[in-house]
Amino acid sequence: MSESSAIKPQSEASAPRLLFESGSPGRSSFYWPAESEKGQTTIPGEFLREDIPGFPELGELEVLRHFTRLSHRNFAIESQFYPLGSCTMKYNPKVNEVVARLPGFAQIHPLAPIEILQGAMELLYDLERILIEISGMDCISLQPSAGAQGELTGLMLIRACLTEKGNPRKKIIVPDTAHGTNPASSTLCGYDVVQISSTARGVIDTATVAKVMDEDVAAIMITNPNTLGLFERDIEAIAAVVHQKGGLVYLDGANLNALMGVAKPGHMGVDVLHMNLHKTFSTPHGGGGPGAGPVAVKEGLSEYLPVPRIVKQNDKFELLEDCPKSIGRVRSFFGNFGILVRAYTYIISLGREGLEESSRMALLNANYIRKKLEKGYQIAYGEPCMHECIFTDRLQHKYGVNTLDIAKRLLDYGFHPPTIYFPLVVSGALMIEPTETETPEMLDAFVEAMLAIAQEAKENPDVVKNAPHSTPVKRLDEARAARKPILRWDPGQGGAE
Amino acid sequence: MRYTPHTPSDQEQMLRTIGIGSIEELYQHIPETLRNRAKIELPGGLTELAVRRRLAALASNNATATDWSFFLGGGIYHHFIPSAVDTVISRSEFATSYTPYQPEVSQGTLQALFEYQTLICQLTGMEISNAGVYDGASAAAEAVLMSRRIQPMSRRRVLMSRALHPHYRAVITTYLRNLDDMQLDEIPFDASGATDVTELTRKLDHQSMCVIVGYPNFFGIIENLAPIQTACAGKGAQLVIVTPEPLALGLLKPPGAWGADIAVGEGQSLGVPMTLGGPGFGFFASQKKFVRSLPGRLVGETVDTEGRRGFVLTLATREQHIRREKATSNICTSQTLCTLASTVFMSLLGKSGMRRLAEVNVSRAHDARDRLVSRPQLEACFSGAFFNEFVLRARNLESLLQRCAAARIVPGVPLGQWYPELDDCLLICVTEMNEREEIERLVGVIGD
Amino acid sequence: MEFPEGLKYSKEHEWVLVEGNTATIGITEFAQEELGDIVYVELPEVGEKVVKDDPFGAVESVKAVSDVYAPVGGTVLEVNDVLPDNPETINDDPYGDGWMIRVEMTDEEDLKDLMTAEEYAEYVEQQKEDEDEEEEEDEAEDEEEK
Repeated sequence: MSESSAIKPQSEASAPRLLFESGSPGRSSFYWPAESEKGQTTIPGEFLREDIPGFPELGELEVLRHFTRLSHRNFAIESQFYPLGSCTMKYNPKVNEVVARLPGFAQIHPLAPIEILQGAMELLYDLERILIEISGMDCISLQPSAGAQGELTGLMLIRACLTEKGNPRKKIIVPDTAHGTNPASSTLCGYDVVQISSTARGVIDTATVAKVMDEDVAAIMITNPNTLGLFERDIEAIAAVVHQKGGLVYLDGANLNALMGVAKPGHMGVDVLHMNLHKTFSTPHGGGGPGAGPVAVKEGLSEYLPVPRIVKQNDKFELLEDCPKSIGRVRSFFGNFGILVRAYTYIISLGREGLEESSRMALLNANYIRKKLEKGYQIAYGEPCMHECIFTDRLQHKYGVNTLDIAKRLLDYGFHPPTIYFPLVVSGALMIEPTETETPEMLDAFVEAMLAIAQEAKENPDVVKNAPHSTPVKRLDEARAARKPILRWDPGQGGAE
Repeated sequence: MRYTPHTPSDQEQMLRTIGIGSIEELYQHIPETLRNRAKIELPGGLTELAVRRRLAALASNNATATDWSFFLGGGIYHHFIPSAVDTVISRSEFATSYTPYQPEVSQGTLQALFEYQTLICQLTGMEISNAGVYDGASAAAEAVLMSRRIQPMSRRRVLMSRALHPHYRAVITTYLRNLDDMQLDEIPFDASGATDVTELTRKLDHQSMCVIVGYPNFFGIIENLAPIQTACAGKGAQLVIVTPEPLALGLLKPPGAWGADIAVGEGQSLGVPMTLGGPGFGFFASQKKFVRSLPGRLVGETVDTEGRRGFVLTLATREQHIRREKATSNICTSQTLCTLASTVFMSLLGKSGMRRLAEVNVSRAHDARDRLVSRPQLEACFSGAFFNEFVLRARNLESLLQRCAAARIVPGVPLGQWYPELDDCLLICVTEMNEREEIERLVGVIGD
Repeated sequence: MEFPEGLKYSKEHEWVLVEGNTATIGITEFAQEELGDIVYVELPEVGEKVVKDDPFGAVESVKAVSDVYAPVGGTVLEVNDVLPDNPETINDDPYGDGWMIRVEMTDEEDLKDLMTAEEYAEYVEQQKEDEDEEEEEDEAEDEEEK
């Protein structure tokens, strides 16, 4: 077991009170004397509030201790192996954090004249070229804030392009293995979703696509490698079928981390692609963001990209706002610049061989786990896997143990569980993505824990079914949370201590 | 640099376990035509030292708020950030964890988000808040989409104030363009710099879905929301209030008290560095009765099997990973690390600090405006009450900007790029970061 | 598992109690067990028309949403007001207090293809066997953060 599952000192055992339940009226950690400048305020009294009822009144040490104690109640990459499939929880290098905090990046204002932001523009311009080279595409926008916004942006580009050709069309084809964001983004872009089934081998085949492909279909959204960790081998043929009927091909680049030096989306017949910089390019997940989701396109779609575009003229960088065919803006300013700085740092740190090595080691680690875990768990697909592998709880069923139980028991062993019950097409899925930054010793320790749980399922199923036993809280009543939602602290509310 | 720990003997042993001879065999099934062209043409890797030098060189080619005097706002604000904020968000337990799907080992993030939701409710005077969205602009667009889920199909016209941030208006336009049922109208601003209520009232009818106004608006003006709310209520339209500078809510009557249905905004000014405008976060609050129509993540309180208080992601059936094409939104990130920064920031400032800091902003901004308009080159453009930003008309803006640049001052944001009728106007922002001497220097340079 | 005699059952796991021209509709014990803890119920309004085999509402568990299909067509006479605030009533008493809507039927023919308790019990057995193949298919948990 790792350190995290060791017994915590008593002071750590109980949950910290909420910010609003501590402190004392009149206490503050903020010191700022009243101003001597007497700016004549023009604000009428009716616009002012009396008070912010309930707001915290705490000292600085109280605040720090509160959040430090909260932090102890989290698993994280730097303390635990975190093999969440499809999430790419690789190491987030420290140098990225150091450079992102340089005043020349952190203390710059987006509406300052472009002449005094040339360093930032150069970085963005360079990063655009680099991502184009890695993906094999032609043009790119770094503006989308996250992968899902990248998807929406990509679909808007497709719609704009088709509209100009005379008909935006009505439908988007989405495989059943796709992330939920694919159909959700399609709807948001005004399209209906046609879901297609993947084959027993876990991939989509050309014939299935051909059957639903018609002149009403605007595009197909394909994830490659797909969410089962399998490479869609027929992608070129599928793209040909879609193109022949005048549709476009969208590639969800969520799993680009498996492809560097292996294959380029731009060669697969792909017209539009988004990438998740917080996955492939190592920016921290932050407990749920911020990320970044650049969108790359083939030449024919470039004029629709969001504004502003960064252009280089006579060694100076300028912003191009006047692009009449552009879909417009999808967010304010330049996107999540701080994340783009981190991704850029990562890429130039690794360079060509380092990036290719990352993908190769991601494949090696995933296949190593896949091989070793077969001893205790049912593999979902016989195909060779890329950067992640999927097992199921099938062998544990007869003992009344399911995927959720296995996941919760892993917490006792000090490991973050794999992604569970996704993709939906696999019953009781356990989706494991070790990433390239883990040592074989760590993989062995994880496999050992998984096999021990398989053994426990046989011999002592209750210990698995009632897990976790050593976490700060036990299984939580999610039904209660959803039935009578308590979404904020209220002074009158009785806490359930 | 390399972050892959595998030695040659590690690799060899692993390949042996798998039962193959080389790593290439793992992707032999990928068509050769793709593999053959996969090589990435980029420079080789660098040492950490070289990386830091390269990035420092790029950074030094940007003008920062410390080397220059910035009087820049317009949606991104330069405020003081207590040291404890970065200390907390740099903790790897927060920075390197995932969306809190396994609540037993994510109570840190979950409780912090629950506290964040509460703080946003308190600050905006609204009943509920989600865990955050991308930025203020997309929050505004999501607010319009939420209103579309709540309002009947007979109401599909959006009335958007022209004094709303131009980027926000642009993003709303982009988001609505592909939804055939939607109609978007702009409401002009009047001589006070506020939304023209007469015009708004004239345009409101029973097809109106929602009205969307800034508070403070893009010109820094504090809109009088009472007549706007009355007009909306009279015609059954929802009121969406957008706050790009939430520090103002430390002092101003909050959106909830004005009767907002949905209150959104940009949270950057609460403890997140400017960083060229991102990442910050969008905050998103509404009335409780609309909870099922909210986009984004929500954290709720519950108990564990032993009755202890704990927190979980809840009402997830609204979201894309379950409801797919019928989800309330496609969003699945909540900019958590940035919302955490703001949670720490608001905790440190607390009740009295938020108000004090807001007052300091008001006092410095008003002082600066009084001095600036005393120069013959400048005059006030609008008459409305303002928070920490104001618009001035300049006699010769081009030369004024040049003189300022020579003195390493950016005096404000020229408005002509969005408002042709204001092409001789400047949006000036003064915060607690602009010392008295800086303001005097600005007045001096302009007076030259 | 209990399937009361005298009720009619649909393939989508709704039950119907017919009294004259009025049909009371709910979901079966099998359905509520499959869903697990029900946390939210969506119902139509009184006066709305429901169409046979079309969804008239939805029930939600923590991690799944299921449409509820009308086993017969007609006009909604009454909805169970207890459910919005107490969705667990369906788990506790699916055939009694957990009823969902009462409908004035438009066409008695609609009842023809519904199953008897005995037929339905058999149908459920069959479903359970299939289910071993595809268990928990509608649950989604972790997913990539985008």
